[in-house]
Amino acid sequence: MTFGEINNKAKSEWEALQNGSYILIGTATCGRAAGALSTLKAFEKELSRRNIEVKIIQVGCMGLCYTEPLVVISKPDSFRVVYGNVTPELVPRLIEGYIIGDDPCLELALGTLEGGGEDAPYIPELLRFEHELRLVFRRCGYIDPENINHYIANGGYSSLEEALRRQPKEIIEEVKKSGLRGRGGAGFPTGRKWEFCHNAEGEPKYVVCNADEGDPGAFMDRVVLESDPQQVIEGMIIGGYVIGANQGYIYIRAEYPLAVERVKTALKQAEELGLLGDNILGSGFNFHIELAMGAGAFVSGEETALMEAVEGKMSTPRPRPPYPAQAGLWGKPTLLNNVKTFANIPLIVKRGADWFSSIGTEGSKGTAVFTLAGKLNNKGLTEVPMGTTLREVVYGIAGGISGDKSFKAVQIGGPSGGCIPAELLDTPIDYDSLRQAGSMMGSGGLIVMNEDNCMVDAARFFLDFSTKESCGKCTMCRLGTLQMLHILEDITAGQGKIEDIDLLLRLAEDVKTGSLCGLGKTAPNPVLTTIRYFRDEYEAHILEKKCPAKVCPELTAYYILPEKCERSCEHCVLTCPTEAIKGEKGEIKVIDQEKCVNCGTCMDVCPPEYDAVVKLSPVSLLPSTNLSKKRAKK
Amino acid sequence: MITEEQTNQAVAEILNSHKNEKKNLIPLLQEFQAKLGYLPKKSMQEIADFLEMPEVEVWGVATFYNQFRFVPLGKYHIRVCMGTACHLGGGKLILEALERELDIKVGETAEDGNFSLERVACIGCCMLAPVIVIGDKIYPKMTPFKVEEALIPYKQEPQSENS
Repeated sequence: MTFGEINNKAKSEWEALQNGSYILIGTATCGRAAGALSTLKAFEKELSRRNIEVKIIQVGCMGLCYTEPLVVISKPDSFRVVYGNVTPELVPRLIEGYIIGDDPCLELALGTLEGGGEDAPYIPELLRFEHELRLVFRRCGYIDPENINHYIANGGYSSLEEALRRQPKEIIEEVKKSGLRGRGGAGFPTGRKWEFCHNAEGEPKYVVCNADEGDPGAFMDRVVLESDPQQVIEGMIIGGYVIGANQGYIYIRAEYPLAVERVKTALKQAEELGLLGDNILGSGFNFHIELAMGAGAFVSGEETALMEAVEGKMSTPRPRPPYPAQAGLWGKPTLLNNVKTFANIPLIVKRGADWFSSIGTEGSKGTAVFTLAGKLNNKGLTEVPMGTTLREVVYGIAGGISGDKSFKAVQIGGPSGGCIPAELLDTPIDYDSLRQAGSMMGSGGLIVMNEDNCMVDAARFFLDFSTKESCGKCTMCRLGTLQMLHILEDITAGQGKIEDIDLLLRLAEDVKTGSLCGLGKTAPNPVLTTIRYFRDEYEAHILEKKCPAKVCPELTAYYILPEKCERSCEHCVLTCPTEAIKGEKGEIKVIDQEKCVNCGTCMDVCPPEYDAVVKLSPVSLLPSTNLSKKRAKK
Repeated sequence: MITEEQTNQAVAEILNSHKNEKKNLIPLLQEFQAKLGYLPKKSMQEIADFLEMPEVEVWGVATFYNQFRFVPLGKYHIRVCMGTACHLGGGKLILEALERELDIKVGETAEDGNFSLERVACIGCCMLAPVIVIGDKIYPKMTPFKVEEALIPYKQEPQSENS
């Protein structure tokens, strides 16, 4: 089939779909966790019970994860409506209302996609979308990721078709001119990497897509692969054509089973249409893609370690140079890019470097994709032009801090990144500004912390992660991070010394200098930034034995205020998992500090009208009888 | 436990579907584990012979990656997410609650073989933090209190089978 025929077939399938009613249900991993599969079943059951034929399409994630399960109902003669938090109980009402009838059930809707409903917001006009610009995510949640025709009907594979008619050098120039930088975090100019690979001597050459998204708290690549995998494949094929490779690998985390399944399906469908495999679209160019499954090592996300893993070895980094562009997989020239870097390629080929470079800042072009997690109202996923400030993301897009709490810090870039405090919220999101603030773009996880989060504990958490994930090749990374972790553990346990802070700073420099790869070079960042911006919290732990956020268990105790305890209530006594709360009915309840495990259940279950349970730090604030027990515990 | 015969058969089937190339080491380990639930000693020897490499190298690779296990899992395998968002939401308290409720430590399998407990870095459901996964089912927004509740159906099931 020619591309024209493939395209026409896809378009007529898409149009036929638009001519009827259909239901989209977000069943990416995030949707499933929120119960989307039960919602799906409820739709199927209710439709078959009523004998109605309406297509249900399982789509990926629209990024509005806070309101999953998410459902869109589309009707040919009316506006599309997006519904959030659709539990199975709501399904009959939606079917009755909007599938059968003409009542769009706007009281249940997040909004409409075309405008028209006066009682529900027009979604593209919501505050969040004023800041957003969706390029990589523009189809996510609207197309069936397991139907290649949906992708093609929405512009897919036309870039490949165009690329195959152009000279590889032209495309390299286009990518260079676009200013695209690697979306894996380090930000190396993509066009230059492609040029190196193109010019490199050696056969065969390889293309590798890094989908080993190991940063805890980051899931953008998962969402791209679960929602619109074809764009990544298309980008890889173009990459193969440009550098002269016939074999590609997608290195993907085994922890993402659904993404693996959807990518497999996508590869198969692309092969069936002749968009992947031998003689692609009759051009004579051959390109094959194999999946390589990660086996759960964070260091595998580092480019040289990743190649060791694909070769079937322990995933330890190699010294650079030589760079992978010269000697990568099996010593051959290898083009290695992140999922989102490849996803940007079809757009650049299609719309040109001038258009792409008009988005973003001087040094960082295009968009940044972030996951929004932590203490936010509207968690999920967002894509914004580079240069958008952190404040716009946290308050404009994510709806600010959840609950009645105040913002403390935003952590970007996972274990390699840093914590950025409130006074730097106007930092623009681009490679260079974030680096200046002591953090880094990383793969794009953005986690917001509030007053209830302890910064020393956060630093300890990240270092604990880096220590566990260090491959052990470099002494400073293996043992230096461990030393730093021990010091942080001392501090969070109230055993720290004031000179420990300087010792941490010195060790941090040594670990950075003495490590071969990005893992070690960036592992101290969370410690460095928390000391830089939250030194007072370190000092409180060390000097006052106090955890200001009341998180560190050794420095915090739960206490029931006798004057507030409603004696006849036994909520805390009955729910305490370690039977640490004493007090007969009618008596004031007291926590046995020796037995208490600081789980906080008593605080959760104490009825709000009494609100008798408090956290105290330092522990010396406990009345003397309680205190002696707490001391005995140590 | 898996009988030796079953192991042999599974091993032969998997080996036959692969070429003798070193890059197949990790896929082989993954398929063995998917089939057998863990990596018995014998299977490591088989892989080493098949790929014509020292057994110690197979062990080296297998023990390097977090995914591989050398003891069988429980009937219900529980994974506790310890990613950043889950940590900030109190993931450690959830893990402690599970250890208490199941009376095993993380990384262990209960003596009756019903439960095993594992900590994982991030399962990518950060907006629902803290989460645990029992079998394939994700339990969102956990608290130490909800742990007990979540375990009830799993703890009851073996009894109903007996009765």
